[in-house]
This record gives sequence, C-alpha cells and structure tokens, in this order.
Amino acid sequence: MSELSVNHLLGIKYLNKEDIKLIFETADHFKEVINRPIKKVPSLRDITIANLFFENSTRTKLSFELAEKRLSADVINFSSGQSSVKKGETLIDTVNNILSMKVDMVVMRHPNPGAGVFLSKHVKASIVNAGDGAHEHPTQALLDSYSIRERLGEVKGKKVVIVGDILHSRVALSNIFALQLQGAEVMVCGPKTLIPKYIGKLGVKVETNLRKALHWCDVANMLRVQNERMDISYFPSTREYTQQFGVNKTLLDSLNKEITIMHPGPINRGVEITSDVADSKQAIILDQVQNGVAIRMAVIYLLASKIK
Amino acid sequence: MSQKVLLNAKEVNIILHRLACQLIEKHNDFSNTVLIGLQPRGVFLADRITKILKEHYKVKDVKLGYLDITFYRDDFRRSDKPLEANKTKIDFLVEDKNIVFIDDVLYTGRSIRAALTAVQSFGRPNEIELLALIDRRFSRHLPIQPDYRGRQVDVINSEKVKVNWKEYDDEDSVYLIDK
Repeated sequence: MSELSVNHLLGIKYLNKEDIKLIFETADHFKEVINRPIKKVPSLRDITIANLFFENSTRTKLSFELAEKRLSADVINFSSGQSSVKKGETLIDTVNNILSMKVDMVVMRHPNPGAGVFLSKHVKASIVNAGDGAHEHPTQALLDSYSIRERLGEVKGKKVVIVGDILHSRVALSNIFALQLQGAEVMVCGPKTLIPKYIGKLGVKVETNLRKALHWCDVANMLRVQNERMDISYFPSTREYTQQFGVNKTLLDSLNKEITIMHPGPINRGVEITSDVADSKQAIILDQVQNGVAIRMAVIYLLASKIK
Repeated sequence: MSQKVLLNAKEVNIILHRLACQLIEKHNDFSNTVLIGLQPRGVFLADRITKILKEHYKVKDVKLGYLDITFYRDDFRRSDKPLEANKTKIDFLVEDKNIVFIDDVLYTGRSIRAALTAVQSFGRPNEIELLALIDRRFSRHLPIQPDYRGRQVDVINSEKVKVNWKEYDDEDSVYLIDK
C-alpha cells in the first residue's frame, strides 16, 4: 500500500488510518530532503499548481508555495483581493478559467465551509483544502499530529487538549478527527460560549477549567481567539479570557509534569499564551511550521502521483 | 515461471572480494572516497562490500551512505505502480569527494541517471564511479557503464535478474527468472 485512498484532500474525515501513516512516512523522507544543502527534488516538474486564497493567510500560503517549489512544480498564485471575484465571477467560473490554462492541482482556502467539496464535484483537478471557513484545515491537523509523533514518539494513547475558540476553529475540528483516527484521547477546553453545543457527539471530553485540563493532558494545542469570525461578544473582555484560558509559565511550572505546548499560529502573545511559554523548550510551535512544509510536500506528492 | 542460478554463494563471495580489491587498488586508504549504496537493493551490496573492506582488508575508515532516488526518477506518474520512497542517509558532505555508487543490477541506467542528479543535492563531488554486481549488457537506455562489474550477463527484456542476500533472503545467490 503506497497510494492514498482519495484523489483530493478535502478534510481529515475522508481519510483513513493508512492514509495518515503513508503521509507521515512520506513526510519523513521530505523532512530529510529539506534539511539538505540543496533542498529541492525534481519530482513534480511537469505539474502546475494554482494556489487560490479567497481568504487571508501568511503561514499556510507560504508553506504551500514553498512545498510546491521544493517539489519543482510550477506555481501560480491568486488572492481574491486583487481578482475578478470582486466583479461577480462565480467560484466554478474562476477555477475553470484557471484550469483551462492547464493547471493540474488546486490548493484552496475559502471562507465558506464545504467550498472544497463543492469544487471537487465540478472541476477536473486535484483539490487540496487549505482551510474552508469553520469546517476543516486538514494539512494543519496532519502537521500537528506529525509534530506530536516527532516529539512524543507516537500519537496513539496520548492525551491532547485543544484550548480556546473551538466554535470558529477549523483547526480544532480537523485535529479532533485526525487525533481520534490515530487513537489519541481528545479534550476541548474553553469558555462555554465558544464550545459548540453538540461537540460531545464527536466523542471528545469537555472541560471549562484550564488547570484541570492541563493536569489531564500530555499536549496542549492553544488556539488563537479568532476575533475576525466573532459577530457577537463571546466573552466579556480579552483580559478576562487570558485570566481564565491563557497559559503562562507560572501555571505550567505548577503542574507536576512537563506538557508539550502547540499553537497553529498566528500567536496573540499575552492572550492565549505568554511570550515566555511560546519561546520555551516545551513549545514546539516552530517545529510545527517546519513540519508543515514536509507534510504539504508529502500530500502534494501523493496526490500528484494519482494524476494520470 | 522458471528460474536459473547465475551465481551461487561461493561465486558471489569470490566476486565481492575481487570488487573490494579493485576498489582498494584505485582508492588506497579511502581517505577521500565515499561509498554510496543506492536504495533499495544496492544498500545490501554496499553494506557487504564495506564489511569486507573493514574486516578482511583492514581499511579503517570507510564512509558509507545510502541514497534514495525515488524523487528524482523519470517515471513519476508514468509507472503502473506507485513509487515507494526509502531512507536517504548521507551524514557527510560529498564536496570534492570521490564517490562510488553501488547497485546490485545495472539494467537501463535510468536509476544511475537519477542518482547522478540526486547526489548533487549534497555538494559537488570530485568524481563519480559506478560499481554493479550484475551488468545486464545490451539493455541500456542511456550512455552509462560500470567502472567495476561483478559479472556481465546477456538477458532478454522479459527476464529478470534477482540478487539474494543471506541477511535478508536466506542465501547469497543470483537468479535469472523468466517472468
């Protein structure tokens, strides 16, 4: 078995255990490649990839672009801000126009949940979901699990708490799916207003006391408070949020074990974690970023190998 | 499917010792030489030759690396089977070094072409040579020839040459298999 079961990466929920294992093993090889003096392989020299970002992104966009270039693919970039989308063009039209320029793969971030699934049914190209609204962000979840595997040896049996804005977070949902698929235990922790009502149905524990959650876990994945997605006030003030759900060094040191701290970025320093935590040895935030390139190389490589 | 023995364990052993001696003849103490086994099956041969050099001929410092060429192959998306990657392990710089590529069977030469590209990622070597246990004559697609060859064989395209190693396949032997 060395082929993915899917032709698109739309979400973790469409993957199986073997897919994740294959992606991780392939990423191991690419991680070695990106640490060589010359960090490029010629595998995808006949593949063209369009990065369509209908929503702002720094890290994910750079990471995908770098991954594509390290595989020698041709890359075209598109941001909705400077495009004909503003003139009223539909998503399918925009993408089909781009595909008629002979593009083989589309990496897309879109504010609407399900945009990737919709597109995969209407256009002929491999689609990689780089985040669709509050739905899924599969490559982020893969690189998070990969980073846990790298730090702790394996994901199976580990206890992971996802802290913060679960309601608006695609990272949370993809992480829950990915971690459960690999046999980890998942807990979510945050203000009640930011925890979806039916989250229990996903088989995760819910905790509103951060200290208890940190005592329970091996890994804490701290999410950013997504002010841009909040149409109403979900908590009284940022200061109060920080007091209840922010992680600082004193809190970490008061635990009788060393837990691993993750953050998908961008960090609001002093809100969800303090600077001394973000820069401590327990934090693997920059490892996550480096692993992101290797994971995205693996995903793109494996999907491209299925393009006939 | 029928199969015929091309080399038995004794013959393989004699050839390995000869190849090791030929390497010593050219590279002396191996101070500026590195051996690179090509994944997947060239590494078994590379391991064995390194062992012989160290144990029988007392060459002290033999640098050995493994190179995986999967991402450099020219049949990506053209091959029926998905390509499976292996581990690359080169923990030294190849800048200005004399490299010897080691592979079990030299057939079309395309793997060696890929290896020549792949090794450039680790620096600019002084020179590159090729050692192959079995050289399948008349089947080359590229102008590539071995510098050290174990045995030259004439094999038609429908036949396969399989090299077995004691450590992994229970015996040292080379078979000609009619598919």
